[in-house]
Amino acid sequence: MGYNCVCRNSHMDHVGALPYFTEVCGYNGPIYMSYPTKALSPLMLEDYRRVMVDRRGEEELFTTTHIANCMKKVIAIDLKQTIQVDEDLQIRAYYAGHVLGAVMVYAKVGDAAIVYTGDYNMTTDRHLGAAKIDRLQLDLLISESTYATTIRGSKYPREREFLQAVHKCVAGGGKALIPSFALGRAQELCMLLDDYWERMNIKVPIYFSSGLTIQANMYYKMLISWTSQNVKEKHNTHNPFDFKNVKDFDRSLIHAPGPCVLFATPGMLCAGFSLEVFKHWAPSPLNLVALPGYSVAGTVGHKLMAGKPTTVDLYNGTKVDVRCKIHQVAFSPHTDAKGIMDLTKFLSPKNVVLVHGEKPSMMTLKEKITSELDIPCFVPANGETVSVASTTFVKAKASDMFLKSCSSPNFKFSNSSQLRVTDQRTADGVLVIEKSKKAKIVHQDEVSEVLHEKNHVVCLAYCCPVKAKGESDNDVDLIKQLSTKISEIMSGAQIHEAENSLQVGSFKGAVCLKEKCMHRTEIISCSEAVFLCCNWSVADLELGWEIINVMKLNL
Amino acid sequence: MKLTCLSKGDGFYYPPCHMLNLCGFRILIDCPLDLSAITIFSPVPYDVGFEASEYLSDVPLDAHNPIQKKQKLERQLTPADLVCAEPWYKTVKALHLWEASLIDIVLISNPMGLLGLPFLTQNPGFCAKIYMTEATAKIGQLMMQDLVSMHNEFRCFHGPGYSCFPGWIKDLDSEEVPASLKKVVFGESGDDLGSWMRLYSLDDIESCMKKVQAVKFAEEVCYNGTLIIKALSSGLDIGACNWLINGPNGSLSYMSSSICVSHHAKSFDFHGLKGTDVLIYSDLSCLQSAEVTENGCVSPDLDNNYLSTISDKKDDDLAASLLNTEDSLEEMEKLAFVCSCAAESADAGGSTLITITRIGIVLQLLELMSNSLESLSLKVPVFVISSVAEELLAYTNTIPEWLCEQRQEKLISGEPSFGHLKFIKDKKIHLFPAIHSPNLITSWQEPCIVFAPHWSLRLGPSVQLLQRWRGDPKSLLVLEGGLSSGLGLLPFRPIAMKILQCSFLSGIRLQKLPTLFSVLQQKIVLIPDAVNQRINLAEMKTSSILNYSENKTLRVPRIADNPSVEITTDLASKFSWKKLRHRENFGIARLKGELLMEDGKHRLVTGLEQEESSGKARPLRHWGSVAPESLLDALLKMGIKGSIEHSTRDNDTKDNSVIHIANPNRGLVETSEIGTAIIAEDENVASQIFQAIDGILDGI
Repeated sequence: MGYNCVCRNSHMDHVGALPYFTEVCGYNGPIYMSYPTKALSPLMLEDYRRVMVDRRGEEELFTTTHIANCMKKVIAIDLKQTIQVDEDLQIRAYYAGHVLGAVMVYAKVGDAAIVYTGDYNMTTDRHLGAAKIDRLQLDLLISESTYATTIRGSKYPREREFLQAVHKCVAGGGKALIPSFALGRAQELCMLLDDYWERMNIKVPIYFSSGLTIQANMYYKMLISWTSQNVKEKHNTHNPFDFKNVKDFDRSLIHAPGPCVLFATPGMLCAGFSLEVFKHWAPSPLNLVALPGYSVAGTVGHKLMAGKPTTVDLYNGTKVDVRCKIHQVAFSPHTDAKGIMDLTKFLSPKNVVLVHGEKPSMMTLKEKITSELDIPCFVPANGETVSVASTTFVKAKASDMFLKSCSSPNFKFSNSSQLRVTDQRTADGVLVIEKSKKAKIVHQDEVSEVLHEKNHVVCLAYCCPVKAKGESDNDVDLIKQLSTKISEIMSGAQIHEAENSLQVGSFKGAVCLKEKCMHRTEIISCSEAVFLCCNWSVADLELGWEIINVMKLNL
Repeated sequence: MKLTCLSKGDGFYYPPCHMLNLCGFRILIDCPLDLSAITIFSPVPYDVGFEASEYLSDVPLDAHNPIQKKQKLERQLTPADLVCAEPWYKTVKALHLWEASLIDIVLISNPMGLLGLPFLTQNPGFCAKIYMTEATAKIGQLMMQDLVSMHNEFRCFHGPGYSCFPGWIKDLDSEEVPASLKKVVFGESGDDLGSWMRLYSLDDIESCMKKVQAVKFAEEVCYNGTLIIKALSSGLDIGACNWLINGPNGSLSYMSSSICVSHHAKSFDFHGLKGTDVLIYSDLSCLQSAEVTENGCVSPDLDNNYLSTISDKKDDDLAASLLNTEDSLEEMEKLAFVCSCAAESADAGGSTLITITRIGIVLQLLELMSNSLESLSLKVPVFVISSVAEELLAYTNTIPEWLCEQRQEKLISGEPSFGHLKFIKDKKIHLFPAIHSPNLITSWQEPCIVFAPHWSLRLGPSVQLLQRWRGDPKSLLVLEGGLSSGLGLLPFRPIAMKILQCSFLSGIRLQKLPTLFSVLQQKIVLIPDAVNQRINLAEMKTSSILNYSENKTLRVPRIADNPSVEITTDLASKFSWKKLRHRENFGIARLKGELLMEDGKHRLVTGLEQEESSGKARPLRHWGSVAPESLLDALLKMGIKGSIEHSTRDNDTKDNSVIHIANPNRGLVETSEIGTAIIAEDENVASQIFQAIDGILDGI
């Protein structure tokens, strides 16, 4: 069996090493990606490669040809499409929000099933829907926990803050720099700004740095079915990714006078074009840098968010004065703690593993999951292995007779203190295992046949005296009399009466006219009393004796 | 499993309709409309100044043709014979015989199979679950809306009709009405009248679509925990699918018309259909293809040779031979030919009217046509006139997941899936919702190429355009195949226009059937009797072939083994196992828990109440025999004394033994080969005796 690789979204931290893995390391098992991921990751990879080689001067891990060859091996999958990878492994993708094409992966091997969430978002944003998954029976849920302790309220106030910050900046003649990933965040913020620009009738240009983001917009237009319901409904009249105020940016515009808004990659100001623009724009107090989301420690983005530095070390000792305003965009496409709890509660897996996050907050969330939902939760360190028990089923072929008997209800009523209804129809079934053969389930009446044995019926019998012999004896009256007695004492018993016999369950009693009955123990002659000759099966052992006792009272 | 074929359908636009009874559920597969029947109606606006004499001189009568002779005796069909009333629509007749509320599931395999569904969902008792692919739902809904909007022209012309029984049917019953017309209305057997329905409204469509559960290709949906249903692409059109149904009693695949290699829709996914127990093959398109009617039955000799080669080939080779591109190349040639004809007539100053409404064909034609016009540098505008054109064309460029591989590649390279987008932007293709759209007249220019519904030539903008151009010998009419022979063109005669009839591939070719069936490897294959008459499949060794015919119920025996029950391991570990005295190889245990149906499987899980009284735990079934001596010993150990009395009563061959028990209470045990009876007055003694017997016998 080979390895299987499923890529869930096209952010650099997920596909970054894929060409290296397939082309240099020589992995050649199947690779699955959602359609948008397959379409977008070559762009991301190529951009990544350029940044690595051209700007940082590092040795390239893979080449453009590597990327192309790698992408040829990728199998594109649709949401909910169930794929049988090989005999044992089945995978299925569910919508995860986060970025275009992000999916959660459901995998099933034999009877054991897991869900790996990847990055997901439990609330809809401007352009993407919320994560959506079926109620599955899971042994394990592996969830991301980037924001394991954060709980976010409505995002509208924060959206307004962002828009006002940008508006204030451009109104004052400043330039706003928005470093962002090419995918997802840029589109969301751009939709927000484009809409705002229309409403407020602002004429300040909005630029996209490289062709990259504009090109990504085109994919968004074609992959409309992967966006939010709101966008899907609108797109017939106007495709919301046709931004009206957005233009391409040119390097010469960095020093052009007048206000503007610029989206530039990469997002954390770690290298590349966004950092270059930052170098030029940071010294002016008119300007603004809006940092969306999360920045890795050590990047310029992280330094800016951590405090209010006056100077920042860019690279190789180059320093720049930071006088511009810094705005942190506080809405993120990652789910918050409430989202993780909601998903975990909805899926109710047997075990949870938290990954992708900071240890202390993950431990807090772990406590919460363990105490509130009562689900075992693990936070493994890198390289640590966690073992959880998985579901397995014992399989057995069932006989038709058993299934048929199970298909009709077989209620039993008992009222010791209160009325109880039980239905133990499965108890008629017997599991038979023969050495080196498959297990079988048969009805109890079929067992002896399977074992090649002859049935041996064990029953109880007793010829019970029920009445002293009188003059006017009538069998019908006697049976009626007995039957009312029985039903008085044993409520709920179904009594079938015939001319000279009665039946309750397997209990049968008939008026015995024999002078000397085998089933009679007392030496009372037939002339002295009327006898009811009874027999009943082992199953109704107690019932039989109860009836006998009732009838004896009649004597 | 039971299958009833309600209608065999007729070509692409009228797919077959089946009722399937599976695991106690009633499944309706497709709910089409026979739109070819509306040709009995007269189109609007209809030419009042029409002269019948003109028509008669136009068609030369073939005196040697007996059918025409007979018709001549009766009377020649004239446009005046067509029904001049608001049209009604012909549904599947046999479907009306089924109680709508007893249908559990409806599966729709392509947009054409959806057109009749609002008639069914109108029924207040209807409560079935409806499954179809997302693309089928979207395209089908648009087609229904288009149908309603085209039909509204009739409503405007004829005024609102309130009667629930249309007057035109009464008129048709008279002697003078030509037989061919009557046949369409009343059917072969004369009982089709009930299948005519008044068209649904937009509200009906909406409420119908609300009941639909849309699925993706290869998405598994579970009905009632019992059936797992999966749609797999069939390649016929965008969103068209075959169905795979897995249940506890085995698996079944339903194969509608499929195309192995498609140039627009996702191709036929036959790998997914492989190895099911039963295959219902419902592709009758092969009967309409010309080669069959010409050559008649495929000769058995040839067949045998063919089959012997099949058995030699490996599985992969067979699959590869299914995927050969011969057919698809032929299709491309047909499309290219249509384009070249259109370009030719445009060059000569004539317009082209294309009435084909198959969405896949229209999309490819638009692309090819615009490209070829560009390469020929012909400045001829292309118009698409339909109330849903804009939405449909925009939609087709947002569904790469539903398209063939070449078009998916376009997504990766960042191009739109279909080429029309560019041409619409460049104002080379113009979209208009109707012929009276305000902007149409300003951009109208002849010669032009127009795509306009409806293929039946009774509805939509094609009617007006045909009336406009029918006298122009330079113009070209592109029709669906087979239409000119029927009533289709009757109201437009005489026609000077050139006519090009196209029948595009709409299913698997007959010659491919043996290969297909060997690849799919089903145990039982159900095929229509009409197909079986054409091809000899008796030599197929792998599967048994059953025939089904219209309006007859075919019962298919269960072939799968006994269904499997899955027992959770923690429940299984709680079973109390019994070792048997005489059969050491066996272990037996009485079941506990609750039997559920989950994901199409029987599952035994821990029940809510697992409380069992100690008394219940005693064995209820025994086997073996009781030796009186050993029973006596066992009783003695319990402190019960007795004596044996052998008796052979009633001259019986059966050996009865009786043990009399005297102490501590009177009792009797009667035992024989088949059973043992315990006779005692005292409950405790009886229980003790039972325990002793239970110790001797094996039981559960």
